[in-house]
Amino acid sequence: MTDIDTTEPVRPETIKAVPVRHPGRWVSAAIVLVLAAMLVHMLFTNPNLDWSTFGKYFFDGGILKGLVATLELTVIAMAIGIVGGVVLALMRLSSNPMLSSAAWLYIWFFRGTPVLVQLIFWFNIKALFGDISIGIPFGPTFITWDVNSLVTTFVAAILGLGLNEAAYMSEVVRAGILSVDEGQTEAAQALGMRRLKVMRRIVLPQAMRVIIPPTGNETISMLKTTSLASTVAFTELLKAGEDIFNANYRTIPLLIVVSVWYIIVTSVLSVGQYYLERYYGRGSSRELPPTPLQRLLRRNLTSFHVRPPMPMRNPEGDR
Amino acid sequence: MSEPMVKAEGIHKFFGRLHVLRGIDLEVESGEVMCVIGPSGSGKSTFLRCMNHLEKIDSGRLWVDGDLVGYRQRGEKLHEMRERDVAAQRRDIGMVFQRFNLFPHMTALENIMEAPVQVRGEPKAAVRERARELLDRVGLSDKVGSYPSQLSGGQQQRVAIARALAMEPKLMLFDEPTSALDPELVGDVLDVMRQLAVDGMTMVVVTHEMGFAREVGDSLVFMDEGAIVEQGRPREVLSDPQHQRTRDFLSKVL
Repeated sequence: MTDIDTTEPVRPETIKAVPVRHPGRWVSAAIVLVLAAMLVHMLFTNPNLDWSTFGKYFFDGGILKGLVATLELTVIAMAIGIVGGVVLALMRLSSNPMLSSAAWLYIWFFRGTPVLVQLIFWFNIKALFGDISIGIPFGPTFITWDVNSLVTTFVAAILGLGLNEAAYMSEVVRAGILSVDEGQTEAAQALGMRRLKVMRRIVLPQAMRVIIPPTGNETISMLKTTSLASTVAFTELLKAGEDIFNANYRTIPLLIVVSVWYIIVTSVLSVGQYYLERYYGRGSSRELPPTPLQRLLRRNLTSFHVRPPMPMRNPEGDR
Repeated sequence: MSEPMVKAEGIHKFFGRLHVLRGIDLEVESGEVMCVIGPSGSGKSTFLRCMNHLEKIDSGRLWVDGDLVGYRQRGEKLHEMRERDVAAQRRDIGMVFQRFNLFPHMTALENIMEAPVQVRGEPKAAVRERARELLDRVGLSDKVGSYPSQLSGGQQQRVAIARALAMEPKLMLFDEPTSALDPELVGDVLDVMRQLAVDGMTMVVVTHEMGFAREVGDSLVFMDEGAIVEQGRPREVLSDPQHQRTRDFLSKVL
C-alpha cells in the first residue's frame, strides 16, 4: 500500500582513491596474446589446412543435405525425448506402483547402455524380429510388416537417439516437478482442481524454469550425438563429410567444414535457449534481466548504473 | 434447527506412529466464526486440513454441509471417493494458507480467475469482472497486473483470500493466515477477514491472533496434544479459562 519515493536524492561525493594494481593480469594477458598469435599464424600458414578446399565444400550440396538431415534428426529425437521424458516423469511420480516401477526400469535400462550400442541394436533389429504383426496378444494376427521396410536407417537413428533421450529427459522433468513447492499443489487442489490440471496449469509452468536450462543442454548435446548415426550408415552431417573426404582424401578441411556447421547451429540454439529462459522466468524475480540489445542501449545511454523501473504491466490490461 | 456446516465425530489421525488427532468432536454452525488456538503441534492445522481432505482421517466421521468428506456411505460400508468427487467437494470450501501459496507465474487477477475458469468452466469475461470486484473488496484494485513477487506479504494474503472467494465457497478455512506476516501488515488482512465475518461467511480460523478471536469469533476452541481441551465463547474462554492447560497457554501468549 506504500508508495516508493521516486524523487532522486542528491548524490553524495564519490570517493576518489588510487586503484589497486594488478600485475598478474598483465602477465597472463601477455601469455594469452602470444598463444593466440601463434594459433592465428598457424591457421594462415599451415598448408595442410587447405582453406580453398574448406571454401569449396562449405556450401556443398552434399554437406547441406547432411546438415538438414542432422537438424531433422535432432528435432525429431528431441521431440520424442521431451514427450517421452514428461510421460516417464509423470509415471515415476505416480502413486501407481506398477507405473512408477515400469518407468524406473525403462530409465535404468536406457541409461545403463551406451547410446551407440542402442543405435546399432535398432539398426540390426531384423535379426531379433523377422517381421512385426498387429493382432491379439498370443492369438491370431491381422496385419504383418517386414521389419526392414519399417525400420529404415533414419527410423533406427530416431528410435535409438529418441528413446535414449527420453530416459535422460525424464530425470530433468522430474527434478523440475519436484522443485515446485508442495504448497502450490495444495492450493490448487483446495480450489477443486484435479490432479492432471494441477500438473498442467500450476506445476509444469513453474517447473519449466528448472527444466529449460538442462533441456537446452540436452538439445545441444543431441545435435552432436546425431553424428553417431553415421556409424549406422545414416547420412547426416558427419557422414556427408566423410563421404567426400573418403573420395578426395582432404580429411582435415572437411572435418573443419563439419565442425564449423556444428558450432553455428549450437550458437543459434544457445541464443534460443536464453530467450526461452527469460520467458519462463516471468513472475519469478522482480525484474527480468535485460536482453543483450537492451544492455547495449542502456550502457550507452547512461553513464552510471541506474536501477531500471519495475516491469509493471498496464494495471487495467492483461494478457 | 438447521444442520451444522461442519460436524466432526471421533476424528483420529496418525502420521506413521504419531497420533496427531485423538478423538475430535466438534460442530460449526452455518454463519459461525470459529477460532482454533493452541500450541504448535497440537493438531489444529491438521484438523483444518482434514475438512477439505488435504489430510485423510483414519477414524471417525466428518461432514461438511451434510456430506461426508472424502467418503461415501453405502449401507454400512464406507467407500473411498474418486479423485474427481473429492475435487468437486473441495470447490465449495475455500482455504487460505499460512504461506499464501499464490501461483507465482500468474498476475493477481489471473490467480483469482484461474479456478472459476479452469474448474467451473465459466466464461472469462464474466470471471474477470468478478475478479476485479474481489480485488477491490480486499483493497487491491490497483494491483490487478502485479505478480505475487511484486506484492508485500499482506497484499499476497489478501489476493489469496480473494482467490478463494472467487469460487463462492460456503465455508472458509484459514490456516494461520497472519503468522507469516510482518506485524504492521497483519491489520489489513484481519480487516478483510472481519468484513467477511460480518457478511455472514462460515469460517474456521486457526490463529494466534487473540484480539481477532475475541472480537470477531463466535466461538473459541483450545486444542492441545491432538484433543479439544476447552471450547466456548471467546471472551469467556480467554478471560476465565476452566482448565490448567488453557491457563498455561494463555499466560504465555497474552
